[in-house]
Amino acid sequence: MAAGKIDYTKIKPYGDTLNDGMTQISFTLPIPCDEKGIEAAKQLAAKMGIEEPSVVHAKDLGVGYTYFILYGKCKHTVNYEVIKVVKVETDVMSRKEVEKFIEQNIKKEIVILGACTGSDAHTVGIDAIMNMKGYDGHYGLERYKGVDALNMGSQVENEELIAKAIELKADAILVSQIVTQKDIHVNNLTNLVELMEAEGIRDDIILICGGPRINHELAKELGYDAGFGPGTYAEEVASFVVNEIVARKNK
Amino acid sequence: MKSKLNLDFDLVKRARGASKKIALDVQDFIDLHTTVTVERTIVRLFGIDGVDEIGTPLPNVVVEHVKENGGIERGIAFWLGNAAVHTGKTPQEIAEAVASAELNLTRVPMQDKEAIKARIDEWAEISVEKIWEKRLERENTIERIGEGEKPYLYVIVATGNVYEDAIQAQAAARQGADIIAVIRSTAQSLLDYVPYGATTEGFGGTYATQENFKIVRKALDEVGEEVGRYIRLCNYCSGLCMPEIAAMGAIERLDVMLNDALYGILFRDINMQRTFVDQYFSRVINGFAGIIINTGEDNYLTTADAVEEAHTVLASQFINEQFALVAGLPEEQMGLGHAFEMNPKEENGFLWELAQAQMTREIFYVSPLKYMPPTKFMTGDIFKGHVQNSLFNLISIWTNQGIQLLGMLTEAIHTPHLHDRALMIENAKYVFNNCKDLGEEIEFKKAGIIQKRAQKVLEEATKLIEEIERNGMYNTIEQGKFGGVKRSRTGGKGLRGVIKKDDEYYNPFIDLMLRRDV
Repeated sequence: MAAGKIDYTKIKPYGDTLNDGMTQISFTLPIPCDEKGIEAAKQLAAKMGIEEPSVVHAKDLGVGYTYFILYGKCKHTVNYEVIKVVKVETDVMSRKEVEKFIEQNIKKEIVILGACTGSDAHTVGIDAIMNMKGYDGHYGLERYKGVDALNMGSQVENEELIAKAIELKADAILVSQIVTQKDIHVNNLTNLVELMEAEGIRDDIILICGGPRINHELAKELGYDAGFGPGTYAEEVASFVVNEIVARKNK
Repeated sequence: MKSKLNLDFDLVKRARGASKKIALDVQDFIDLHTTVTVERTIVRLFGIDGVDEIGTPLPNVVVEHVKENGGIERGIAFWLGNAAVHTGKTPQEIAEAVASAELNLTRVPMQDKEAIKARIDEWAEISVEKIWEKRLERENTIERIGEGEKPYLYVIVATGNVYEDAIQAQAAARQGADIIAVIRSTAQSLLDYVPYGATTEGFGGTYATQENFKIVRKALDEVGEEVGRYIRLCNYCSGLCMPEIAAMGAIERLDVMLNDALYGILFRDINMQRTFVDQYFSRVINGFAGIIINTGEDNYLTTADAVEEAHTVLASQFINEQFALVAGLPEEQMGLGHAFEMNPKEENGFLWELAQAQMTREIFYVSPLKYMPPTKFMTGDIFKGHVQNSLFNLISIWTNQGIQLLGMLTEAIHTPHLHDRALMIENAKYVFNNCKDLGEEIEFKKAGIIQKRAQKVLEEATKLIEEIERNGMYNTIEQGKFGGVKRSRTGGKGLRGVIKKDDEYYNPFIDLMLRRDV
């Protein structure tokens, strides 16, 4: 759509003209809302690499702090061509395709356990993936033919989750972590891997985590097979699981 | 009041009648039982506080002591009263003597029954009088400096450090908030004791402790004087220590408490027998203390679909209303919960949300209804989120809701930042002011989408309630009718803390609090 030719080695923000660098920023500073405060916001934006910063809105927040909205031109660029990201490398299939894949390539019902672990009581994520109804028109795993899905709900202890996985001979475990204060999710997730290793079942089960602050790279670092961030639907997780089961069988 | 929805109020009457029977059926069980936390509440109301040398709260020490020695069936009040008549000690001195193993309450020689009862009643009356004074203090302050208009703007603070919470709470009040809820540590609902002292490093919030209540109460009283509005404080009297937290809240003059057994059963897997008994005493206390309770029906819609399951919300509100009435909690203090949680992609979804909110208003026309914001379909798109919250605010002012839990544009991203809260308060104030009398002006088309939707939800809710009346509350929960979550009668946490009362069991507070003419 751009009138000029895009140089992918030097990408910068687009407002209404290629390479204009137009950027919107908002933040609060712990200072009063006056001319001096506005100048401070501009100087801070300049240090962030924003040229010609303009404060379009400044509002006193009631405690002597001020909220600023600014526009300006970002002077930095990035080289898009050399960027590599770690992401889950699976072609996403639809629910029907996953069901067919299981029937043709796995030939048995697969067992998937889901839980929100530790003190975390926020099940909205695991419910979206597991529950029959799913989320936003995407059915959850309970609806999948060929999948025996069990959602253990909130505040499940890691030990309890492992015991259930052994009992049901689970093929995959999905762990959801939403509360992230003081990195509690990282501790919880690490602890699960350690316990599974101690039980000698880590390699038998596909282990996946998800949540608003989770990505594939972090998941791999923590010893998981995959990690899914916000906006993930059940079919993405299911596609990964069934492909991984077949891949492991062929190893 | 004329129904704008052309609702069938005979159906409403039927639903209320059936709900009353459901509540009374559960009440039969409640009346025969007590729990460890109910007993600890009595201990706390007698003024016992503090922890032993390893940090166990004294109310736990005393109740566990009598439970282990076999005697809790008679109620803790009896044993404390007996020891007091014999030794002349105060409740606190008795508790300390138990903690240091100097005193075994069940081995104290039996005293005259009348003397014991007189001592217990004397303590109870002093305690109840203190709570009544706190209630008057609230009423007098509101009389003197005023309060915000309804819908009250309700925001949360959740820093994990109570001193930081107090600062954020004051900022929110200056920005225009009327109710501040201090978010509680996620795991507290499963603790069978109330932690002691101030929280400075909480996960996902601070603990509900008496000290934390005191700190934020003081901060809100200060800022209330400054802004010329009484600022209400909200916390969570839910989980395994419902009545204890209710008592602490009554003593420290909290104004709003989340309080819903069904919520604990479904979403925290707390045993149903336990929590119904706990809920009753907690509602008696909340009712007496003038505290508005918030029920948790809105949560059903985070797990179940808001379009298909709307009638379960209404059914639960009907039942919750009856549970509250049995406990002497008047309609003015029933913040029954519901929510704006339909998928924004739903065609005419706004009309259905409007129908639900208007219907709830007409059926529970005195209650300060608690209206919850969109959460399930909030995304990282904060700009869209701001619009979703505006629509939610519009329905609230249009249908005259009581308590508006402000949605945050950064819901699903992080706990609110200072400016998130400011933006949402500004949004709500704009909509509320701009559309103030919209509800007075607009009527709905006869047999149109809105009327038909509300009528359908009421019919389905009535059907469900009558089914529950036939099957009983416990079976209904076991079948997963609420929120799509199944819980068993003997499953979940806390069943071991349920105790059958013996013939001489005595809790002096129930009568004292229910008898008082408000």
